[in-house]
Amino acid sequence: MTEKLDVTLSVNGKRYEMKVEPRRMLADAIREECGLTGTHLGCEHGVCGACTILMDDKPVRSCLMFAVQAEGAELRTVEGLAKGNELHPIQQAFWDHHGLQCGFCTPGFLMLATGVLEQNPNIGDEELVHALSSNLCRCTGYQNILKAVKAAREEMKP
Amino acid sequence: MNYIGRSVKRLEDLPLITGRGRFAADISFPNQVYMRVVRSPFAHGKLGPIDLSEALAQEGVVAIWTGKDVVDIPHIGFRLTKLADLEPYRQTILAQDRVRYVGEPIAVVFAESQAQAEDAAEVVFAEIDDLPVVIRAIDPVGEFLPGRTTEASVVRKAYGDIDDAFRRAAHVIELELYVGRHSGIPMETRGAIARFDESRQVLEMHGAAKVPHWNRATISKLLGLPLEGMHLYEGHVGGGFGIRGEVYPEDVLTCLAALRLKRPVKWIEDRKEHLLAANHSRDQHHRIRAAIDENGFILGIDDDFFTDQGGYVRTHAATVTDLACAMLPGPYVIPAYRAAGHIRLTNKTPAGTYRAPGRYETTFVRERLLDAVGHKVGIDPIEVRRRNLIPLDKIPFARGLDTLGTEVTYDSGDYFGLMDQALQRVGYEDMKKAAAERRAKGELVGIGVGYFVEKSGLGPMDEVDISVDEDGHVRVITGVASIGQGVETSMAQICAERLGASIDKITVIHGQTDLIGHGMGAFASRVTVMTGSAIYIGAGQLRERALQAAASLLQVPEAELEIDEGVISRKGQVPGPSVTLGDVVRALRPGSTLLNGNDPGLKTVAQFTADHMTYPYGFHIGQVRIDPETCGIEIEKYLVAYDIGKSINPMLVEGQLVGGACQGIGGALYEQFVYDEQGQPLATSFMDYVMPTITEMPWVDTLVREDAPSPLNPLGVKGAGEGGTNAVGATLAGAIDEALQMPGAITSLPVGPATIYNLLKKKRAA
Repeated sequence: MTEKLDVTLSVNGKRYEMKVEPRRMLADAIREECGLTGTHLGCEHGVCGACTILMDDKPVRSCLMFAVQAEGAELRTVEGLAKGNELHPIQQAFWDHHGLQCGFCTPGFLMLATGVLEQNPNIGDEELVHALSSNLCRCTGYQNILKAVKAAREEMKP
Repeated sequence: MNYIGRSVKRLEDLPLITGRGRFAADISFPNQVYMRVVRSPFAHGKLGPIDLSEALAQEGVVAIWTGKDVVDIPHIGFRLTKLADLEPYRQTILAQDRVRYVGEPIAVVFAESQAQAEDAAEVVFAEIDDLPVVIRAIDPVGEFLPGRTTEASVVRKAYGDIDDAFRRAAHVIELELYVGRHSGIPMETRGAIARFDESRQVLEMHGAAKVPHWNRATISKLLGLPLEGMHLYEGHVGGGFGIRGEVYPEDVLTCLAALRLKRPVKWIEDRKEHLLAANHSRDQHHRIRAAIDENGFILGIDDDFFTDQGGYVRTHAATVTDLACAMLPGPYVIPAYRAAGHIRLTNKTPAGTYRAPGRYETTFVRERLLDAVGHKVGIDPIEVRRRNLIPLDKIPFARGLDTLGTEVTYDSGDYFGLMDQALQRVGYEDMKKAAAERRAKGELVGIGVGYFVEKSGLGPMDEVDISVDEDGHVRVITGVASIGQGVETSMAQICAERLGASIDKITVIHGQTDLIGHGMGAFASRVTVMTGSAIYIGAGQLRERALQAAASLLQVPEAELEIDEGVISRKGQVPGPSVTLGDVVRALRPGSTLLNGNDPGLKTVAQFTADHMTYPYGFHIGQVRIDPETCGIEIEKYLVAYDIGKSINPMLVEGQLVGGACQGIGGALYEQFVYDEQGQPLATSFMDYVMPTITEMPWVDTLVREDAPSPLNPLGVKGAGEGGTNAVGATLAGAIDEALQMPGAITSLPVGPATIYNLLKKKRAA
């Protein structure tokens, strides 16, 4: 369509150099150019939050940003949560509390919760629920997601 | 070790929490082309010439097809509840001379990249001459197609003397009730990736779900391939709920393109397409009459209802309407019954099943009726149900109806018992008193209930292939599918306990048609009942063979041996002489003297057959508070009580019930596919099709009982998938009525703030 631009993305501490059209969405670049398919696309219009990643530690919708806008930022995706075979507390909590069924929305919820808990490790229940209302899940009814995030909140307290 | 009945953590979770899942969009093949569907912007019209010139000139375009390019591909047929009347309304994979709903595929573009395919699809121009649209299923029967009316068929079911019931009635109650158009809306949109493997001469379709064996047989036949020339492969599936995994036009187009273009073809739909083109559901309008005696006992029900089928009849054929007819009477005696379900075509997206199909609708209708009966004779909602429930001594209870090719016989159940336990759990008398006190102080608070009988475990059969290797690993190949419900874990639990293996050494395979010849798939809450029972049988056979061989190896009588966590030893003697399952398999190599004429190794193919479904049942109770300023509805309390017969994994059962309740709440209060008078859909994004987030979701309590195990399978299990959803609409409607102190006010779902606003206005005026 148009000329491709050189973009370098930093995802989970690794640099990915790519040539993409200006219109290339960040989520597509992460999935296709970086090969990190853990970030999912559920609606591509910013409602469902399955594509949530952390950009400079803040949860963002990667379907609503262009790849070129992420140049220079530190991006984190679900693939970056575990340290080798050691799961991140949020991952372990989702597993322990049956916080997922089909698992499609899960990466988005994991990144959202990680960002929220990192920003405010002592976040209150009400504020936590408000933050989690950013994303949609169609399987769990959210109950076990909330249990999991509360458990991770305890684990992640400094 | 005992695994059955324990809340074992899920075996399938690790790849899903680490971003290593394999959903449809995650699958790619070298040199693949991307497919994009061009869809009708009109609800009804005559399809004229389609101008492809501009699109074909676009960079990267490989091919574009319209209806004439696929005229040789037959209509997509029916999977369940086939009725000959419905056949003229089947869908072709691309529209031929007429479009019948907004979103109908009229052309398909193949290009080197997704973006190029989408760009080219934007400049495909079809000439479509508008035709008058049919929007309401309850309108008088008219012409839908030349020579075909809007009424494709009428499903009729009846028992008892209904005319006599009305002759004897002390009162007759008539209600007109409607359940809106919703759908499952899995978070993963549909997708298919097809490639032809020249070396094996096999067409592969990846991204399969729900019913891979049926889809393999259907698609291969449509494409003129021999059965062995096609296989389906299921990866991770991002939610099913009834709508995902049926054969749709796009699946067939993807496969056909892989054959014709001789390149892998990838199709991933976007959310707007999903909302326009994947099956919708519900959308039923009921006119129900009941004959009752002076005590509120229902003598007979006569129901005439209309299913808004949309523009075509797809794979489910008459299923939803048939189930609605058969399941409407629920847990009540109702000595006489007559139902007529009109399957009506309209110019909307075609409809199929969605979690608790035909039951979410009819539970709403039946329980609204029970509430009305209670009001009429001046008794409490619980008392009117007590007067009508089927007593314990009448179970098993032959309903006198059939559905899905089976007779409806409630196999086991204590309907009074479950209701009493649920009422005790919530402290019903206190809850009622507290609500009344709050109402006296001006709050709008109310309690509602809903009782229902579910159905699960549809046969006729399921097959499993279980084998143990020389390392003691157990492979269980099933013919079912996983749509996220925890199939691998629950099936492994049954196998581990029955065989005596460690659950860590069990791999459960599903959705791979090249590994097992038969498979019925995952629908109608059938997997645990059917496949679970087949595993129970097969694993039991292997246990017996392993013990026989171990008796020879250890020189100990078989009756003195036990097997636990893959180790066979003398009962009560650990440590002591032992062999492992792997040792046994090594000892049973071909040519072994231990074989005694049996096949080598530890492997079996086992089947479970069932002529009848099992019938779980449940009771919901909920309390709402209405805000008179915003007209918002807050669910303050909610309990799902459910008798599942036997729970394999209580954690997963609760997960199904709570998640199901969330979808039920969506349908009761928020979700609806609205159309304008021209048949234009007004809910084509998540901004307009509004689903519950965590803030709309109350804390749902569950009471899972095992009081009535099913006598129809060796585990005693019944299905868990649909009981959380079933009665939510009914329950919330009753609660809202009571909160407003306007009995019978809620006649239609979903109930939004506008409904509440108008009801409050009416109340103030009165």
